[in-house]
Amino acid sequence: MAKLKDLSLKPERLTGGHRLCPGCGVPAVARMALLATDAHLVVGASTGCLEVSTTIYPYTAWQCSFIHNAFENVAATISGVEAAYKALKKRGKIKDEFKFIAFGGDGGTYDIGIQSLSGAMERGHDMVYICYDNEAYQNTGNQRSSSTPMGSNTTTTPVGKESYGSVGRRKDLTAIMAAHHIPYVAQTTSDNWKDLNRKLARALEVEGPAFLNILTPCVPGWKYDGKDTINLSRLAAKTCFWPSYEVDHGKWKLNYTPKEKLPVVDFLKPQGRFRHLFSPENQHVIDELQREVDDQWEELLVRCGKK
Amino acid sequence: MPEQLALTGNEAVAHAMRQINPDVVAAYPITPQTSMMQKFADFVADGLVDSELVLVESEHSAMSATVGSQASGARSMTATAACGLALMWEILGIASAYRLPIVMPVVNRALSGPINIQGDHSDSMGTRDCGWIHIFSENAQEAYENTIMAMRIAEHPDVLTPAMVCLDGFIISHGVESVTIYKDNLVKKFVGEYQPHYTLLDAKHPITLGAMDFSDFYFEHKVSQLDGYNNSHSVILDVGSEFKKTFGGGECYEFFEAHKMDDAEYAVVVLGSTAGSTRMVVDDLRAQGVKAGMLKIRVFRPFPYEEIARLLAPLKGCAVLDRSIAYGGDGGPVHIEVRSALYGQSPVPVMLNYIYGLGGKPIEPEHIHSAFKDIQEAVATGNVKRRVGYLNLTE
Repeated sequence: MAKLKDLSLKPERLTGGHRLCPGCGVPAVARMALLATDAHLVVGASTGCLEVSTTIYPYTAWQCSFIHNAFENVAATISGVEAAYKALKKRGKIKDEFKFIAFGGDGGTYDIGIQSLSGAMERGHDMVYICYDNEAYQNTGNQRSSSTPMGSNTTTTPVGKESYGSVGRRKDLTAIMAAHHIPYVAQTTSDNWKDLNRKLARALEVEGPAFLNILTPCVPGWKYDGKDTINLSRLAAKTCFWPSYEVDHGKWKLNYTPKEKLPVVDFLKPQGRFRHLFSPENQHVIDELQREVDDQWEELLVRCGKK
Repeated sequence: MPEQLALTGNEAVAHAMRQINPDVVAAYPITPQTSMMQKFADFVADGLVDSELVLVESEHSAMSATVGSQASGARSMTATAACGLALMWEILGIASAYRLPIVMPVVNRALSGPINIQGDHSDSMGTRDCGWIHIFSENAQEAYENTIMAMRIAEHPDVLTPAMVCLDGFIISHGVESVTIYKDNLVKKFVGEYQPHYTLLDAKHPITLGAMDFSDFYFEHKVSQLDGYNNSHSVILDVGSEFKKTFGGGECYEFFEAHKMDDAEYAVVVLGSTAGSTRMVVDDLRAQGVKAGMLKIRVFRPFPYEEIARLLAPLKGCAVLDRSIAYGGDGGPVHIEVRSALYGQSPVPVMLNYIYGLGGKPIEPEHIHSAFKDIQEAVATGNVKRRVGYLNLTE
């Protein structure tokens, strides 16, 4: 197990000076990923916040090799990089050891990129796909994705006389990826560095594809005070809105059980995107969201052998 | 000695790929390309190549993976047709902008809709401004040879531009011909090793590829891309002449084949397999004393404007045959380019345009004869009845 002090002494592979928002959860997740291995890396990112903010020509914040291709194809792109590595290794043209990480937001992963992701995982490329899930198309200004929670006020599900925000339950992408029966699938929040570090290291260590889904708060999209990013992540775990678990070679394991499962309103309250839910006529949305969280938590407990 | 084999066009191209032995090949099936990648998969299964064959889940991912692997310093290929090429469209422009010399056979097929699996040029014509080199083949032999030459053209350090090798669906891809397959070691030597300038897999020199490019640099980068593209003009000729010197072989290693054009008064301009029938018609007309000729365009992108203008300007009349429509444009895409090439020439020939062969509609010698007849008539009477017409359309 890595020590925080040791991690802090490692050379940065994503340098400061990038243009992600103050308080953004994404660079913390990206840096933790890059710190989880000492191997040479090729990182890919789908079009999105991480990509546009770290590579504004003629600058780059990446100290390792980085490729951006398009929005929906980071998994296919990195699968090509990995295939090239295998080919060149086989032909003796490369000596160094490399590992491969693909980053995508929820738009680039749950929605437009799911085909590319599913294909790359099914083919068994030795790569880690990390979804930084901020629950909407945040790079283009908070449009709804299939990861957006019920009731969220987004720019394409705006609250109005006839609308309480986004409708319907979130897509359970982590379970979909587990159904690919790849070596390692996990989800976690961005507050727990130990859990993040261990899961990222495990994902990079297993042979074959690994997928991580990391809830990553977005200051302008979720509308909260930027100093609360870590607190919000923690509340997502404590309310079971975003449980921390892993599926290692088919074995489901719960990584965090709150001592006392907090009500989902504790997670909703600090966020402007849910403010309208706290008027009496929208109580039913909060109730329904709580049911969604409860149902998924119960299902997870069963899958993890806790029930 | 080279081998003489009975092969379909798809098999002939697969043999070129076997000899090239790319580091990575991404494959996704689509009619009429499928049998090409099946043949290549046979070569992989039999250990005749050691390429990494990535069986992607779509053409979009085929091109995306090929971009990733070529950017990693691996010689990378894929092949497609029709809707598959359309699905790749977004990434075609990224491959060319990243200066990745990917070579891709395109088995030309009608673009949906309505859905149709037979040959026309609407697929590759839809990508004519994506920054790729487009080389057309008349037959299986040319498809084989063009694939080998395309590798050298695309990878030339002054060019670094991806290239499509176009072959007509079914007519070339599935028709069996006698094909000369040159010796493996000679082809391998001709193609050489891929020497990338930059790669993602250089541990000592990491790179960032695909950075966000705003208005302060984007335009400049596009023009720099165009400069590289334009360098292909002379490289295509150099590679063609080196190929001819190395392997002997055919007639068409330059931008076009000019058949009986030296003293021609009337000519048909054509791409791809229809050149075979056109050549026969030209020879028939010559036997009847008509000064007919044929211009078979091999390289559609970069379009050889000046060379074509020099060749066509002295004619009395010419007909351009297009196997696709440029909706809202002046007939078909080849016609538009040929007319543009002739701007500023004086005098200019009478020019007619014929759309033909869409969705695999047959083109017979009689149709080409009728085009020649129309031009002669238009020249004789000074009256153009229909500037853009159709061949073998049931009206």
